[in-house]
Amino acid sequence: MNYFVIGYYALLIGASCLAAFYGRRSIFMLLFSLTLVSFVVGIVGGESALWTITLCAGALALSAGTAYAFREFLVNISGRETAKALKTAPLTAAFGMFVIFTYAVMGIFAPVIAPHGEAEVISSAFAPPDDTMLLGADQLGRDMFSRIIYGARNTVGLALCATLLAFFMGAFAGLLAATKGGNLDQVMGRIADVIMSIPSLIFALLLLSIFGTNLIVLVIIVAIIYSPRVFRLTRAVAGNIVVMDYIEAARLRGEGDLYLIRKEILPNSTAPLIAEFGLEFCFVFLLIAGLSFLGLGIQPPTADWGSMVRENATLISFGEITPLIPAGAIALLTVAVNFVVDWMLWRSAGLKE
Amino acid sequence: MGDVLAIILKRLALGVVTLLVISVLIFSAVEMLPGDVAEAVLGQSATPENVAAMREKLGLDQPAPVRYLSWLSGAVTGDFGVSLTSDERVAEKIGPRLVSTLFLATYAAVIAVPLAIVLGVLVALLRNTVFDRVANVLTLTSISSPEFFLGYILILYLAVKAPLFPAIASLSKDMSLPELLHRTFLPALTMVLVVTAHMMRMTRAAIINLLASPYIEMARLKGAPAWKVIVRHALPNAWAPIINVVALNLAYLITGVVLVEVVFVYPGIGQLLVDAVSKRDFPVVQAVCLIFAATFILLNLAADIGAILTNPRLRHPK
Repeated sequence: MNYFVIGYYALLIGASCLAAFYGRRSIFMLLFSLTLVSFVVGIVGGESALWTITLCAGALALSAGTAYAFREFLVNISGRETAKALKTAPLTAAFGMFVIFTYAVMGIFAPVIAPHGEAEVISSAFAPPDDTMLLGADQLGRDMFSRIIYGARNTVGLALCATLLAFFMGAFAGLLAATKGGNLDQVMGRIADVIMSIPSLIFALLLLSIFGTNLIVLVIIVAIIYSPRVFRLTRAVAGNIVVMDYIEAARLRGEGDLYLIRKEILPNSTAPLIAEFGLEFCFVFLLIAGLSFLGLGIQPPTADWGSMVRENATLISFGEITPLIPAGAIALLTVAVNFVVDWMLWRSAGLKE
Repeated sequence: MGDVLAIILKRLALGVVTLLVISVLIFSAVEMLPGDVAEAVLGQSATPENVAAMREKLGLDQPAPVRYLSWLSGAVTGDFGVSLTSDERVAEKIGPRLVSTLFLATYAAVIAVPLAIVLGVLVALLRNTVFDRVANVLTLTSISSPEFFLGYILILYLAVKAPLFPAIASLSKDMSLPELLHRTFLPALTMVLVVTAHMMRMTRAAIINLLASPYIEMARLKGAPAWKVIVRHALPNAWAPIINVVALNLAYLITGVVLVEVVFVYPGIGQLLVDAVSKRDFPVVQAVCLIFAATFILLNLAADIGAILTNPRLRHPK
């Protein structure tokens, strides 16, 4: 028993008593169950486990604070309508937006932020961190920190390209199927069924074994694999709109299919499509990261998070966490996008319960 | 009962057709190679004689439909031809590895399915409380993390910092079951984390959907205790979506298994597939892809049939 452990429990129990006194039932339940969990974890893992919990709680509080501040900042700089919507955004969504913003800045200004080039060998392999290298060197002596920054540009950029392509193919086909109907609709529906009935990673591996691994092929393959999801959603959403009276009226006016898609259907189906774009991005991003991890995605020396994990994995057996940072960067971005999408879905569909 | 049988047969027929289309797709994907398999395998240094000999050995002189039929009839009986890189029979290469992969997937499923359903129901009962929010964030994080991230975290904490489990799942034939379970615990746990999160969310959504319906409110209003509302009134109707969720996630295990096997150097077919892809060993790639796709389709089929059997409304489509 030392001061840290005593202080830890005193703080937790004191805070839960305060919460109970002021009638904050949920906060009390959370704090007190954390105390109970700490007993178990503390006995099993000792003092260091309690330190880990403290650090996690600190990180959580810090990110909640950042999210709150970022939301206020967004509310202040945006127009009235947007500000109104943003005010109701949960902290998780605000945190997601903050993370996406940070990644965007990192990706766009990568050459300015990174202290070294992405393929520049500056020291010996697996050199420990020092003044010039924040996170040490990788297996070839390149600066880890710079490569992570460049990875934001390469990995996320590639995933964004593939998502955009998948999205445009899928959405266009879906809108076309909904407006034309008939045989075209049937044929496209069956093709989508077939593509969706093969697990995506397996399908990607099959195609990559045939066409070889280069970036353009990778983007096209990933886009083809994920476009049926968008196709189905767009077709379902547009299918509900096509039967509306105003579409009938536009048809009778003699408007063409393209006009219908552009002016009548699209403006009425943007909300679910934007949410789908976010989800689709997560899937594509995870697939590309997985392929890169397997050594079949983005090829060296381009800095990429998936392959960085694989290349530096040996460090893990020495208890280093450096290889986990790029993997964590992938997870963080996906979580952030999911948070924002959750909020959008909640807003658009009214998933209140 | 007659119409149920008819619907199930129809669904089965659809599954078989899908499987056939997939097999055509997997076979013809290799036909799309620039040049043909012989040229692709032998590469730049191939002499015309070499290529001709290879073509004859692989039977490439026959037209594609004939080769497809002989490949398919072989595949049905478990004969996938000869590997291009090692002159072994593909079936011999795959066989023992398939068993290991199935073992790992079963191990993960046995832990994950009961855990996820219980937790999912629990979270649905506690919805809109702090616990629900925390569970939401945790499951979302677990789903959003790539499998290799979770795997390496587990290695770091449970194998390196606290050496409880081995980081590399090396197996041998004469291992006892407890030993085997201990060795494969970390890869199984990785998959459990991902799949449980998925299943929990979907179970929660299914149950909450049900709890909003009027007959549940009626049960509540007449004073039935909360557990009785769930067990007697909600659960019988929730089976269909829950079966669906379980089957879909078992299918998801199949994709996850590739990455997890590579992280833990586990001798399964996922690892074999990745090796075959980088060596461009097409017969192996085709065989493994067919196995994965067939399992995926079968599980989806099982999900649909399970849903039809437990939900009478699905037997009368509009």
